[in-house]
Amino acid sequence: MGQMISLSEISKIIDNWLRATFNPTWTLIIEMVIAGVCVIGLFAVLGLVLVIMERKVSAWIQIRLGPNRVGPKGMFQSMADTVKLLVKEGLTPDGADKFLFNLAPLIAIVVAMLLMAPIAFARDFQMWDINIGVLYVSAVSSVMVISILMAGWASNNKYSLLGAMRSGAQIVSYELSAGLSIIAIVILTGSLSFNEIVHSQVDGWWIFKGHIPVLIAFVIFIIAATAETNRAPFDLAEAESELTAGFHTEYSGMKFALFFLAEYVNVFIVCAIGATLFLGGWMPFHIGSWQGFNQVMDYIPSSIWFMGKTFFLIFLIMWFRWTFPRLRIDQLLNLEWKYLLPISMFNLLLVTAMAILGWHF
Amino acid sequence: MTNEELKIKIAELLPAAIFDEAGEFTAVNVDAADWKNFSRQLHFDEALQFDFLSFLTCIDFKTHLTMLYHFDSYTFHHNLVVKIKLDAAKPEVETVSDIWQTANFHEREVYELFGVHFINHPDLRLLILPDGWEGKNPLRKDFEDAVNMIKL
Amino acid sequence: MYRETTIVADENQNLAAKEAGDFIINVGPQHPATHGVLHLVITLNGETIKKVEPHLGFIHRSIEKMCESLTYRQFIYVTSRMDYLSSHINNHACALCVEKGMQVEIPGRAKVIRILMDELTRIASHELWLGAMAMDLGAFTPFFHTFRERELINDIMEETCGARLTMNYIVPGGVMQDIHPNFQKKVKDFVKQFTSKIGEMDEIVTGNTIFQNRMKGVGILSKEDAVSFGCTGPAARGSGVSCDTRKIFPYEGYEKLQFDEILENGCDSFARYMIRIREMQQSIRIIEQLIDNIPEGDFQAKTKAVIKLPKGEFYQRVETARGQFGVFIVSEGGTTPYRIKFRSPGFSNLSALDHMARGSKLGDLVAMMGTLDLVIPDIDR
Repeated sequence: MGQMISLSEISKIIDNWLRATFNPTWTLIIEMVIAGVCVIGLFAVLGLVLVIMERKVSAWIQIRLGPNRVGPKGMFQSMADTVKLLVKEGLTPDGADKFLFNLAPLIAIVVAMLLMAPIAFARDFQMWDINIGVLYVSAVSSVMVISILMAGWASNNKYSLLGAMRSGAQIVSYELSAGLSIIAIVILTGSLSFNEIVHSQVDGWWIFKGHIPVLIAFVIFIIAATAETNRAPFDLAEAESELTAGFHTEYSGMKFALFFLAEYVNVFIVCAIGATLFLGGWMPFHIGSWQGFNQVMDYIPSSIWFMGKTFFLIFLIMWFRWTFPRLRIDQLLNLEWKYLLPISMFNLLLVTAMAILGWHF
Repeated sequence: MTNEELKIKIAELLPAAIFDEAGEFTAVNVDAADWKNFSRQLHFDEALQFDFLSFLTCIDFKTHLTMLYHFDSYTFHHNLVVKIKLDAAKPEVETVSDIWQTANFHEREVYELFGVHFINHPDLRLLILPDGWEGKNPLRKDFEDAVNMIKL
Repeated sequence: MYRETTIVADENQNLAAKEAGDFIINVGPQHPATHGVLHLVITLNGETIKKVEPHLGFIHRSIEKMCESLTYRQFIYVTSRMDYLSSHINNHACALCVEKGMQVEIPGRAKVIRILMDELTRIASHELWLGAMAMDLGAFTPFFHTFRERELINDIMEETCGARLTMNYIVPGGVMQDIHPNFQKKVKDFVKQFTSKIGEMDEIVTGNTIFQNRMKGVGILSKEDAVSFGCTGPAARGSGVSCDTRKIFPYEGYEKLQFDEILENGCDSFARYMIRIREMQQSIRIIEQLIDNIPEGDFQAKTKAVIKLPKGEFYQRVETARGQFGVFIVSEGGTTPYRIKFRSPGFSNLSALDHMARGSKLGDLVAMMGTLDLVIPDIDR
């Protein structure tokens, strides 16, 4: 391909060198360690980048400057915030269930890490090409709600409990329509593997070649993803003006930071999944028979394509947050059970018919 | 209704009423015993219809307390001030919170700041003062607070 | 003498009234939605509100008691600290009440300046309310948009009054000093910008479906209840009660001005919201009528340095941004008031909160408090 050195080639070089130097068991162990370090590194970078991005995006929407003191144009602000959170005292309330209270942020962060595994970041660059990738993601992501319930319950705070209960109702409901809109793509592709889903879009992304049903599925997915990550306008679990901070009212210092980080990483993950399923993952943008154009597009590295699409979706979700007011709990559940779920079920029928009749491109 | 008509009407309803000219509005002095019936008449009488209790408060005249009610009528846009003289040692007056719901809060305020006891008030508790307040009622003239009050 | 306040006030009474399944939470005294130190004890059944019980006094400074030892010139400055968002109008009411006792006629120029300042204050207050209420509902952005316009008013105030929030510009007999030479130009600039930007608010807030769903049919306050609870201002006018003091009991020459009293019959939060949006436009109308017609002359009438009011009772009410504000002075003939009573609109409006909130969801309580526009120092005094 066009680019000289890609992420997949780097990983291949490392793999070959390790195989030549160590025996297969040690190779595997060392590769796992490298992957783990990479994930933790990615976490840190994502946390820093997304926080500063959110603050800059909100500042841009709200006609103000945003952070502009630390570093060039305030770019190191989130670094300074991280240091502050690291050295801050982590309070545990007297009445709290200490074990669960401390466990909850860990679960949140571990779930977010597990979700990283099957995501294809670039061409042939994936930690674990599991053949049931989509199923794995939907299964593991539902563990997230346990950490929130745990945090709400263990805090021994009424705001936290209310926030956790709201969050439980919300995530369980919205997982349905998120799942149904993902299944639409699975039906069209005939595979649960992220790698194969990306490869099925080599001649066009699903959002373009899937006609209106896929477009509907995409919109529902974005709404459900926003709700599942507890972002405004569905941030009832935190609902600052109602429940002060919802389930993490009692958390401070690094434990709070872990929740905060998990929230942003989850946003990244759902956007990455959305980009993979609907926008072709790392596939470049091609237009039918425009050879020259397609070659130029191919020249852009696949990791840039993937990140570009993901960050576009993240921007979209941030845009929601800074524009819309919050829904009320009954309106939130009405939206899901009365509108999104029936629509996505009917939509699924259309997609199935479309897939059987081969109407997509 | 003009002030004169108002006076005639009120004199009909309550012959014992005494009018005073301290302020710009028609002010009527009522005995605490008559207040229960008279307040109902003020609200429900077709010609009066004082449906809006603007505020009620109390004035400490050292020798006695005076309850003061300020009524408006949204129908006729006339005003009335009602004054009730109360005993400073044991101030008691009938509540009007069943007629004007806003009186509920205003009477609680007067209760804690002046110590006036409102008979039949549904929920006569401290509203502003901290729970377990002991000592005199702050807006009485004989209230002294060495810590927080600065004499000019 | 002072004892520490327990966090859950009246725990015993609450427990007595508590039924199985009730969930009591404390909103406040430090809570982002109360915009101050209001303490609400809320009894919940799931997310549904069964009872709201306000506990006041966290910012009670006993202004009424303080005023008893302040002279008639001094006590006006304290009143700025009650309803700090319409401090100018509070000062106005006090000055009018004292002038009523002194029986002094103030110059026309001072009257017009006072009205202009009143209306600017009203717009500033409504702008802040709009931003804060949108923030309560979870939309952060309108806050910055409304503050952009409010900032212009604050600049005007700063130039002329010397202060941005607690103006203290009105004194018995007129205003403290003449208006700044830039005043008229700046006000005209503000009017121009305001009228061009108010549509932006309609797009981002009024027209938003989520916002309308959060507001419509929420916090119903019927006309009879609004009157009975003593509600005034936009809270009552949203229920169709015609209660604009500027129209019913005109003061300071409001009777000569062309403006409409805004009434809505929705009785819900959305009606109260629309009232304030439309009221801002009426205030602009008043400003446009007066800004080119400020009469020449003195800005202050000649008054004695030490004011003594004759023995008697004086009452003056004005329309603040939140409703009817009244000043009641009992004078014994001295230089200080014998007893002073402030009829604050927020106190009466708050008493309707329990009635409005029962049966609605916890999230709606925030919308109701938002549209009642509670300012806690005004309630506590």
